[in-house]
Amino acid sequence: MLGLNLPVVIVLAAIGGVLAWRRANTLTWLLYTWVALWAFFKYGFAVPIPQSVVTIYLGITGLALVCFASSSRERLSETVQPIVRLILEPRYRLALAGLLVALPALAAYNVYADLNVPLEAPGFGREVHPPPPTEMTVHDETVDMATAENPYLHYKHDDPELYGEHLENGRRVYYENCFWCHGDGMGGDGMFAHGLNPVPSNFNDVGTLPILQSSFVHWRIAKGAPGLPGAGTPWDSMMPAWEKFLTTEEMWDVNLFIYDFNGYEPRALGQH
Amino acid sequence: MTRNRILFGIGVLAFVSVIVTVRLGGFLVDNEYRQPDRQVAAQEELGEAELTPRQQGIADEQAADEAEARARPYEEAEYRTVPFVGSRVTVWVLAQLHLLFAAFVLAVPLFAFIIEFVGYVKKEERYNKLAYEFTKLLSVSFSMTATFGAFLTFALIILYPKFTNYLMHIFSPTFLPYVLLFFLEALFLYSYYYGWGKFGPKMHLFLGFMLNVVGTAIMFIANAWLTFMMSPGKRDDIDGDGVPDFVSAVSESGALLSLRDAFFNFTWMPINIHRIIANVAFGGSIAAAYAAFRYLQAKTDEERAHFDWMGYVGNFVAIIAFLPLPFAGYYLAAEIYAFSQTLGIQMMGGTFSWLFVLQAALIGNLFLGANYYLWLGMGRMEGGVHFQKFIKWLLIAIALCFAVWATPRYAISSVSEIAAMGGSSHPQLSYLGQMSAKNTAVNILILSTYMSFLLYRRTGRQSIHPYRQLLTRAQAIVFSSAAALVIFYGVYGYFVDSATRIRFAIPQVYSVLAALVVITVIDLPLYRNAAQSGETKWGRIPAVSQYALIFIALSFTWLMGLMGYVRSGLRQEWHVYGVILDTSPDAYTPNLGFATQVVSVTVLIFFGLIGVVFWLSSLSGKKDYAPGAAGEGGGRLEGGQAA
Repeated sequence: MLGLNLPVVIVLAAIGGVLAWRRANTLTWLLYTWVALWAFFKYGFAVPIPQSVVTIYLGITGLALVCFASSSRERLSETVQPIVRLILEPRYRLALAGLLVALPALAAYNVYADLNVPLEAPGFGREVHPPPPTEMTVHDETVDMATAENPYLHYKHDDPELYGEHLENGRRVYYENCFWCHGDGMGGDGMFAHGLNPVPSNFNDVGTLPILQSSFVHWRIAKGAPGLPGAGTPWDSMMPAWEKFLTTEEMWDVNLFIYDFNGYEPRALGQH
Repeated sequence: MTRNRILFGIGVLAFVSVIVTVRLGGFLVDNEYRQPDRQVAAQEELGEAELTPRQQGIADEQAADEAEARARPYEEAEYRTVPFVGSRVTVWVLAQLHLLFAAFVLAVPLFAFIIEFVGYVKKEERYNKLAYEFTKLLSVSFSMTATFGAFLTFALIILYPKFTNYLMHIFSPTFLPYVLLFFLEALFLYSYYYGWGKFGPKMHLFLGFMLNVVGTAIMFIANAWLTFMMSPGKRDDIDGDGVPDFVSAVSESGALLSLRDAFFNFTWMPINIHRIIANVAFGGSIAAAYAAFRYLQAKTDEERAHFDWMGYVGNFVAIIAFLPLPFAGYYLAAEIYAFSQTLGIQMMGGTFSWLFVLQAALIGNLFLGANYYLWLGMGRMEGGVHFQKFIKWLLIAIALCFAVWATPRYAISSVSEIAAMGGSSHPQLSYLGQMSAKNTAVNILILSTYMSFLLYRRTGRQSIHPYRQLLTRAQAIVFSSAAALVIFYGVYGYFVDSATRIRFAIPQVYSVLAALVVITVIDLPLYRNAAQSGETKWGRIPAVSQYALIFIALSFTWLMGLMGYVRSGLRQEWHVYGVILDTSPDAYTPNLGFATQVVSVTVLIFFGLIGVVFWLSSLSGKKDYAPGAAGEGGGRLEGGQAA
């Protein structure tokens, strides 16, 4: 359920319930909260959370708990008193000795565990969208990425018939060249998609076409994987540079078609 | 013992080696080849100087160098370099230090003026004294700002002469007004500071007002220079199709077409707004850090009480300005995105987006630190236990929002983690990496912080308003409704297209702002003349609270450095985006780790210098030196100025 590892969640909740029932003191609650959240982030999800995110979460948790414990004189005293008693009172000497052994042992185990991770190649941070260049040259024509728009888009209002022709041409180009990877319905699930990593772009996604200017899509079509920027590499993209196979008009037509097919408008310059 | 002897032996050996080397050198020079006496006599007759072969060699080399220098034609240098650190880092650090001091110098008069005005209206002398205490920090900081400004200007002229010349080509008409305003600022600042108590209150307030007007005008001019580098033009719907078009202020070659468009460029006003608010937040936090520094040094309860109050006011100013800051930042980012999708994608989805995870961590720390300070402040009031039970829930809300904001869309993962997730994003947590979640988190953080402030304000006070129950419930309803609306739009944002989702940020912001205004408007009469259940004991606050204030100031400074780098670094290889390319060896974009190191070192340098400012400012409160008053070296007299 919700991608959680339910047995872990239930055990942690049960321990919390027992602590509430036993009216545990502040220090116990603080220790429980940190350990329980560590266990939850580490083992509570069916798909494990990356260690980098676990570290961020536990850092925030630790900081918040320190703030809570010291946010008033009374609460600080409540938190510290059990520790003082443990150190000073003779009846806790055995427990203190155990703690003095356990803490270095825990630190040693942590070092041991950290040094015993299997060696593997480093992962790569993925960027959401590759940043386009400020301008590019397609078929000897310079395209200003900031201002370029699909030259046939205005036909939608000015000349619907001509717009339909360009759209039809875009449809032909798409189903001759693109649907193999991007799919019949443009969901990024074409017949070759399963063999590609990362998978081809899903044009149905609300977070892709509508937030991009048509010049961005034109750049991706024309330049493909070889035109991806140096920053954020490796992209591992299989997208061909279609300027080598299609005319400029065909590329703008297919650009028009994928927007029209999905019912999106390209983002305009100056639009938030 | 043996070790000492070895060390002593090495020392003696080193000393003897130096002596021997010097003597040997002298011996060789004294015994170098000289011409026979007869030849020397013949040369003297001819009026020629006696030169040994070594001297002759040196003279020949000098002559050759001189001849080469004379033959070399004059060339304009495009770039010069700085050894070890490079030109880019030199200018970067100097610009950042100049900006940090400038921000402080612009911010302090703003709230010193407001505090003085409050004191004038309320007829309370303590506000006047507090405003003066803040103003004492200005004098040295102003000199620091000017020094770093000059340093930066020289560095630009020396290291980037061609580009600096280009900026002069565009903005030369703005330089003279800038310098004149700077003169005026010095005039108003020093008359405001030294004229404290020397003028009538209205005249003094006028000086403070003019200081702020002039300071803000200076910043607006400087903002035009830097925003032009990012967005050299304005947005206007020139073809009347309802879609804004970009109107460049310069030609393709960079020649100026319109100074007006270059000045009032695309990102000028967003950055003006962002900087004014951020300056106040930053200035308040630095002033609070100064108070914390003095609090920790204080020897008497009276001093502790004074600096505790000063720290509280400084932090209050910082937090009040900090609450709308995310909105101003969002506006600036949205305008950058609207100006250029390349810059926008680079910033929010590309390489620079990783720095926003650090930004989230710093802002989360700021919120946590600000709330923590307020909770600790409840300890000043007797009868403050009542509201302690809410702290737990506020803390949970803040920690949750902090975690949401710090969750990256694509986590840094190892290969096995990526394989387990089936991609770079986690199936559940990636939802928290999207804008809907981030906007919701920051709005709830703002509401929670405001709630902490309300609880602090009520601690030890009991409303005597006849409709207190009704009004308190009304506040609770407004607060809950705003929170519910923010969460509703946050969740709904996942089910709509991105254009609609982006627009959801607006009702979220307005609902929070409206809630803050309405709750404040209700709270003012509700707690006017409230019954005090206990006395407020300024100075009775744990010392850790003062470290929290310093921590907040440090986080603000770091944040400014980091985000300043993002804004400036976004241009990448461009001096002026899309117009003038940076062709220097430093044109590359440094990796994120290096960038954060430069920012961190700059922050450390700034805090070293601000420590000097604090020390110098605290000197005026010390007792005067009086020779012979105590001991043989002199002593100190009572009666030093303690404003």
